[in-house]
Amino acid sequence: MAAARGCTRKLAALAAALPGGGGPGRALAPGPAVEPAPEPVQQAAAPATAALYVHWPYCRKRCSYCNFNTYVVRALDEAAVRACLVREAQTLLRLSQVHSVTSVFFGGGTPSLASPGTVAAVLEAVAGAAHLPAAAEVTLEANPSSASASRLAGFRAAGVNRLSIGVQSLDDAELRMLGREHTAAEARQAVEAARGLFPGRTSMDLLFGLPGQSRDAWGQRLEAALGLCDDHISLYQLTLERGTALAAQVRGGALPAPPQDLLADMYETARNVLVATGFRHYEVSNFARKGALSTHNLSYWRADEYIGVGPGAHGRFVLRGEGGCSREARVQTPEPVTWMREVQSQGHGTRSRAVLNPLQQLEELLSLGLRTDEGITHERWGHFSPQLSLQDVFGEPGEARALQQSGWLVLDSGGLRCTWAGLAVLDSLLPDLLWQLQRALGAARCPPSDQESRDTVRDHEGQ
Amino acid sequence: MALAGRAALRWGPRLPSPCPAAGPLCRPAWLPAARCERHYSSRGQGKLDMSTYPVESIRNFSIIAHVDHGKSTLADRLLEITGTISKTDRNKQVLDKLQVERERGITVKAQSASLFYNHEGINYLLNLIDTPGHVDFSYEVSRSLSACQGVILVVDANEGIQAQTVANFYLAFEAQLSIIPVINKIDLKNADPERVEKQIEKLFDIPRDECIRISAKQGTNVEKVLQKVIEKIPPPQCNTADPLKALVFDSTFDHYRGVIANIALFGGEIAKGQKIVSAHTKKRYEVNEVGILTPNEQPTHKLYAGQVGYLIAGMKEVTEAQIGDTLFLYKQPVEPLPGFKSAKPMVFAGMYPIDQTEYNNLKSALERLTLNDSSVTVHRDSSLALGAGWRLGFLGLLHMEVFNQRLEQEYNMSVILTAPTVPYKAVLSSAKLIKEYGKDEITIINPAQFPDKLSVSEYLEPTVLGTIVTPHEYIGKIITLCQDRRAVQKDMLYIDENRVMLKYLFPLNEIVVDFYDALKSLSSGYASFDYEDAGYQSADLIKMDILVNGNPVEELATVIHKLKAYRKNVVAKCYGGDITRRMKLLKRQAEGKRLMRKIGNVEVPRDAFIRVLKKETDK
Repeated sequence: MAAARGCTRKLAALAAALPGGGGPGRALAPGPAVEPAPEPVQQAAAPATAALYVHWPYCRKRCSYCNFNTYVVRALDEAAVRACLVREAQTLLRLSQVHSVTSVFFGGGTPSLASPGTVAAVLEAVAGAAHLPAAAEVTLEANPSSASASRLAGFRAAGVNRLSIGVQSLDDAELRMLGREHTAAEARQAVEAARGLFPGRTSMDLLFGLPGQSRDAWGQRLEAALGLCDDHISLYQLTLERGTALAAQVRGGALPAPPQDLLADMYETARNVLVATGFRHYEVSNFARKGALSTHNLSYWRADEYIGVGPGAHGRFVLRGEGGCSREARVQTPEPVTWMREVQSQGHGTRSRAVLNPLQQLEELLSLGLRTDEGITHERWGHFSPQLSLQDVFGEPGEARALQQSGWLVLDSGGLRCTWAGLAVLDSLLPDLLWQLQRALGAARCPPSDQESRDTVRDHEGQ
Repeated sequence: MALAGRAALRWGPRLPSPCPAAGPLCRPAWLPAARCERHYSSRGQGKLDMSTYPVESIRNFSIIAHVDHGKSTLADRLLEITGTISKTDRNKQVLDKLQVERERGITVKAQSASLFYNHEGINYLLNLIDTPGHVDFSYEVSRSLSACQGVILVVDANEGIQAQTVANFYLAFEAQLSIIPVINKIDLKNADPERVEKQIEKLFDIPRDECIRISAKQGTNVEKVLQKVIEKIPPPQCNTADPLKALVFDSTFDHYRGVIANIALFGGEIAKGQKIVSAHTKKRYEVNEVGILTPNEQPTHKLYAGQVGYLIAGMKEVTEAQIGDTLFLYKQPVEPLPGFKSAKPMVFAGMYPIDQTEYNNLKSALERLTLNDSSVTVHRDSSLALGAGWRLGFLGLLHMEVFNQRLEQEYNMSVILTAPTVPYKAVLSSAKLIKEYGKDEITIINPAQFPDKLSVSEYLEPTVLGTIVTPHEYIGKIITLCQDRRAVQKDMLYIDENRVMLKYLFPLNEIVVDFYDALKSLSSGYASFDYEDAGYQSADLIKMDILVNGNPVEELATVIHKLKAYRKNVVAKCYGGDITRRMKLLKRQAEGKRLMRKIGNVEVPRDAFIRVLKKETDK
């Protein structure tokens, strides 16, 4: 089930098919060569910090491509939802014993439909239960149809200091196909209003690979976006998810399925254009200039701890409050009414808890860390794997070695990371690397035992 | 006569013998069938007042399961516990009424029932909305599910998750329904509910502790299922104050009263005397009777928003009450419910009487059988060799087989069925043909009418996404079989220590003839198979005429393929905090690497032409 994914974000990211004809032998594309490791970002020394994700599951209308945990409801008791978000945040912060929250992200759904008072109440609760530094990044996902300047000012007053706007496209026909409620002109107004209020801290989401979208059309969208954007862009390839209206239309033949080669070309075009205009391609789907990286999203990719609050939110953290020392994967109950009932009766609506074994933690670190241009540093790897170093696992003859020789991967003093070419085909590299990791940890048994450590017994640590 | 009919069936899908346990193609199916009799025992009694059941106390749900995992037995127990039917030893598959249903252990005709149940002092109205069980009817299933807010997913404690369990789960999951997992037959000697719980958790992400272990046969824990239905499934979200909006999710034909439509109210209320309009046909009707099914018809004064029941309104043919249609009050139009489409046949076959003197009898049998199955299409056809006949379109393989079986059983008719074919499309390049057809893309349901390659720029063929669940010792052979059928692997996953789920994208025509038989025989009967529509893809086709005594018989002509290479596609996804799904996908692929290594690289498919010829000599 969907969770910490925004309605404004909706898309699965990119990196698509092996670039046609291109390959390891091809000259590397322009842009900051990924080979020299960008300076690793310091990890906080004290372990008890975490990022916090807050899920607002409601939308006014369901977009045609969205399969996230979102609900369109007739009437909403916002006060009740607010009270539950506040209470669940307090409970989970207490259980985790996190003393400092590094960033907060309001995703959805359409969190810009919530009132600024709700956002303020959650932030107050966070600040009351843990330290929330004044400079901590607080992002809100906003939909152009609920992002007037006055609304945005309200959110700023509530404590939001970064905005992520779900523009998706700057073409009215495309927006209609996506089932969006706004026009291109409204999207422009929203971005401009946001840039006025959050200068240097406004991000926009863009989609490519829409059914019927041509190479040229994508070039034009990109150009329009560059004329409008601030210093951060998230670029997602439209994925046709089962159960969505758009997927059904494509399946039924009413709309054409975008060819894989074209998708790969569109991605390649976009990263080249963005890098040429000063953006750093710091993660598979994310681009920033002037250092405007999103610290919240970086915490996912670095496998830092994060707490998920709200219906269907996911989290990864250690339950120090229960004397625990293992990282757990947590999912909150997706259905809002049930979730609220659970929060009201036991302080939180955790649907499942699973202790992640060392292999699972490393699998996540590998799969997420390689999405960034900095890759996985030796230090970070050592934090999760004190015994087996990156060199022990991937330095031996095997898949990683072969991928290095083919020019997709680098393992050096900086750590393990993708080359510029490798970043675009990461999903083709990962299965090989994961298999090598499983063998190295002696876990390549058949069948895999990834479920064995799961413990889904409900905990009752309510107040 | 019957023998001749059977012999001709070698061109038909070679489906399993009519035994309930035979496997997936022999599973619940649905035909809007002639239910020849209805029981009117409750008629004439005082009408029920349904206004005492407000939306909050209503739960609308379905039971979904692989064939023979106990769906109908659980329904029997639920009906008994709630006092809907009296408790006797004879309650065996009360909702399955047709001979073919009981013989094959499948649900051909969906039946619904309203149950009354008191829980913690509140009177609940529980509507059990039966669904046809087979994915041939996935559209009908999806319409039935759209009247529900939740489902009971039944899995056999001994057999575990099977192909149809997976397909059914996804239908419910995509409809965003609450899912109550139930492990049935825990009384069996070989029951291993723990293993099944692990499978459910691994495949469907449902925590183990949410599974309810029951024995529907003995009644163990069935009451618990009812309580979960009340706790876990939300009431429908709708309002009696809104204008009438009713979904037609099923219909049957009664010789005396015309069409009886099963409806679910998404808004408003409905009563005798009201004038209603069909959003699809725009026709107007006056309501003669409304009521609930218990499971026999019981008239009520009215039906209210959130409730489920039946409607009789002077409709003469089932085509007037198409599944998925929306009904509203005359002069109070509403936005029709989304998702309506007319039935789309996926498998076509010619049908001829064995003896031309039987033509008129067969014609009348066909007319009666299709009277209430608007999903079967009938076109007249004729052939020099076989005489006058028809080309029939079916929703899928099981639909075709059941239709034929009913023709034999209920009308004592034996027929010649030609090789089943699938509907191809051709994009025309010849200006003359485009003018002739009035469009540049045509659908070809009869291979004898295939346009020549020279006037076509592209041929398209239908595909299906097939799910296979098998013990792992057979995967090598199954992968070879699938590749042989031009299928592209989409997924491969161990669902427990020794069972594997495979997903392949198949060209539909590769599975219509003997795929299921081949799968069953190479897995000693242990593999299960299910499929769903996956749209059209470009195809390289040539027509092959089969010679009989040196002369081509067009009706037996079939279409075969030139081999084609497929491209692999990979898309990286980013989910924010929800990395679980992404990890799952990646780890499956890693697992696939290991499996391929173990099996060794499987050979490129043999030449399709040789295969077709070989099939001939094999049989």
